[in-house]
Amino acid sequence: MPGITREEVAHLARLSRLELQAEELDHFAEQLDVIIGAVARVSEVAGQDVPPTSHPLPLTNVMRADEVRQSLTPEQALSGAPAGEDQRFRVPQILGED
Amino acid sequence: MTELIKFTAAETAAAISKGEVSAVEVAQAHLDRITAVDKKVNAFLHVDTEGALKAARSVDDKRARGEELGPLAGVPLALKDVFTTKGIPTTCGSKMLEGWIPPYDATLTSRLKDAGVVILGKTNMDEFAMGSSTENSAYGPTGNPWDLTRIPGGSGGGSAAALAAYEAPLAIGTDTGGSIRQPGAVTGTVGVKPTYGAVSRYGLVAFSSSLDQGGPCARTVLDAALLHEAIAGYDPLDSTSIDAPVPAVVEAAKMRDIRGMRVGVVKEFAGEGYQAGVMQRFNESVELLRELGAEVVEVSCPSFTLALPAYYLIAPSECSSNLARFDAMRYGLRVGDDGSRSAEQVTALTREAGFGPEVKRRIMLGTYALSSGYYDAYYGSAQKVRTLISRDFDAAFAGVDVLVSPTTPTTAFPIGERADDPMAMYLADLCTIPSNLAGNAAMSLPCGLAPEDNLPVGLQIIAPAMADDRLYRVGGAVEAALNDKWGHSLLEEAPAL
Repeated sequence: MPGITREEVAHLARLSRLELQAEELDHFAEQLDVIIGAVARVSEVAGQDVPPTSHPLPLTNVMRADEVRQSLTPEQALSGAPAGEDQRFRVPQILGED
Repeated sequence: MTELIKFTAAETAAAISKGEVSAVEVAQAHLDRITAVDKKVNAFLHVDTEGALKAARSVDDKRARGEELGPLAGVPLALKDVFTTKGIPTTCGSKMLEGWIPPYDATLTSRLKDAGVVILGKTNMDEFAMGSSTENSAYGPTGNPWDLTRIPGGSGGGSAAALAAYEAPLAIGTDTGGSIRQPGAVTGTVGVKPTYGAVSRYGLVAFSSSLDQGGPCARTVLDAALLHEAIAGYDPLDSTSIDAPVPAVVEAAKMRDIRGMRVGVVKEFAGEGYQAGVMQRFNESVELLRELGAEVVEVSCPSFTLALPAYYLIAPSECSSNLARFDAMRYGLRVGDDGSRSAEQVTALTREAGFGPEVKRRIMLGTYALSSGYYDAYYGSAQKVRTLISRDFDAAFAGVDVLVSPTTPTTAFPIGERADDPMAMYLADLCTIPSNLAGNAAMSLPCGLAPEDNLPVGLQIIAPAMADDRLYRVGGAVEAALNDKWGHSLLEEAPAL
C-alpha cells in the first residue's frame, strides 16, 4: 500500500481538528509513514473469508429501564465549562456573520 | 513507623481490624513516605491528604462503633488519574484536563470508597493512557524506583512506581494494550488485566472502548486478588459490564497448588527482540511450573504476529472517535476564544495546544484508518485479525488451562531512549496486546532480575475470559515458590530511595 504524504497529513489534521504547526506536519508525516508501513501487514488477511470482530463481548442494544433517575444538576454539569451563561454552555460563534 | 509502609494490604487490613494500628496512622505513614520520596519518583499528580485522612478516620470510627470492617478497610491506594473522582482533579496526564474537577465518581471510585479503601491521590500516566513509558505525561515522566533514570512502564507507570516505592500497598491501573501488566513487569510488582467487562468502565475516561479495562495493581498476588474482588462485578451504568458472578480470585490466590494444571508456552513470544536475561528468567519460570506439578506443553498461536499491527489500527481508530469529545465547549481547556474566531477554529487551536505528540499521532492515524478508501484495507482487516487471534486462543485453551510468556520483551529502558521512536515504543506491548484484542484475562508477576542489568522481569499468565481465578491460582503458587527460593520478595532487592 502507498505511504502517506505531507499533504495527506495536513488533511488528516484538518479532519481531526488539530491546528498543527508546519514543523509538526513534517515530523508527523515522517513518523506516520513509518507506522502505516508497519501496520499495513494486516492486509495479509484482507482476502480471507473471516468475519470481523468489533468487540470482545457478544452484546447488542443493551437498554436500561426508562425510569427517571438522579442526574447532575445544571450547576454540576456546567462546573467544568470554559464559559457558561443562564444554565447553558457559552460557545464561540458557530455560524458565519452573514 | 517505617514498617507500616512495607506491610501488604492483607496485613494492613488485619492489623487495623485487630486494633494494632489505626487507619489514620497507616494513612499518615504513607503520606509521609510520599512527602519523602515522590519528588524523586513523581508517581503522584495529586495527593489528597485531607481526603485520605478523613477516609481513614471514618474507618477508625466504624471500628470504634464495633461495626464489621471489609477485607480492605483502611488500606491506602494510589488511583490512576484516568478514573473520575468527585471534587478531586482528574487530568489523564493531559494539559487538556488541567484543573478539571469531575462532578461525579467513577463506579470503581465509589466501590473503593464503599470498601473503606483510603485513596491517597491520583497517579501519573501517559497522556490519555497512550504510551508504554509514562514519558507522554504532560506533567513530566515518572522514575522507576529500581533506577530513577529508567522508565516505570506505561501507561500506568505512576501506579506501578507508587507500589515499588512503598508509597502505597495497592494501586489501580487500566490496561488497553498492556498498561497494567508492562508497568508491573518492569517495576517488580503484580498487575492484572481482568476479563473485559469484569470491572466497570463508568467514569473511566475512554481511550479505546472495546479494549480498555481497569484492574488491580499490588505487591503480592493475594493483595491483587483482594482488590480485584472489591472492584469487579456487574454495573448497570456500563453497557459492556458482564452480568455474572466474579470468579473466586481470593480463594484461588491462597490455594498454592497447581498440580495437574496444563500450561501452554506460546511459541511466538520469543526470538528476535527478546532480551537474553528476560528469556532466561522466563525459561526458569517454566521449569518451576513443571517442578510444581503442572504439565507444560508448547502451543502455537500464529496470528499473534499480526496482533501489534491490528492493535495500532483498532486502538487509534477508537481513540480518534473517543477524543472528539475534547472540543473546548463543555469542559477542559479552551484556547483562542477572542471573539473573532469560530467554534471550529477554537476547537482546533485548543486541541493543538492541549494534546501532546503521541495523542495527536494516534488521532490522525485512527482518522486515516477509518477514512473511506482505506477503511477496508486497514480497520476492516484489523477486525479480521482480531477474530483470528480469538480463534488461536480458543484452540490453545482447548488443550491447556493457562498460557504463559514473558510480559514484555525487555527490562525497563532508559528514559528518553524511545521517546521519539513510536515503533520502538510500541514493541513493549508485543506480548500483552493479544489478550486485549480477545478480551480475556492476564496477569504479570515478578519472576526475577535479568542478570545483565539487575532489573525486574515479568512472567505473564493468560486465562480464558471469566476464568480470572486461574491467573491467581498459578500466580499465587509461583510467587510462593520464588519467595521461598529467594528467602524474600523480589522488591526487597530494590535499592533504597
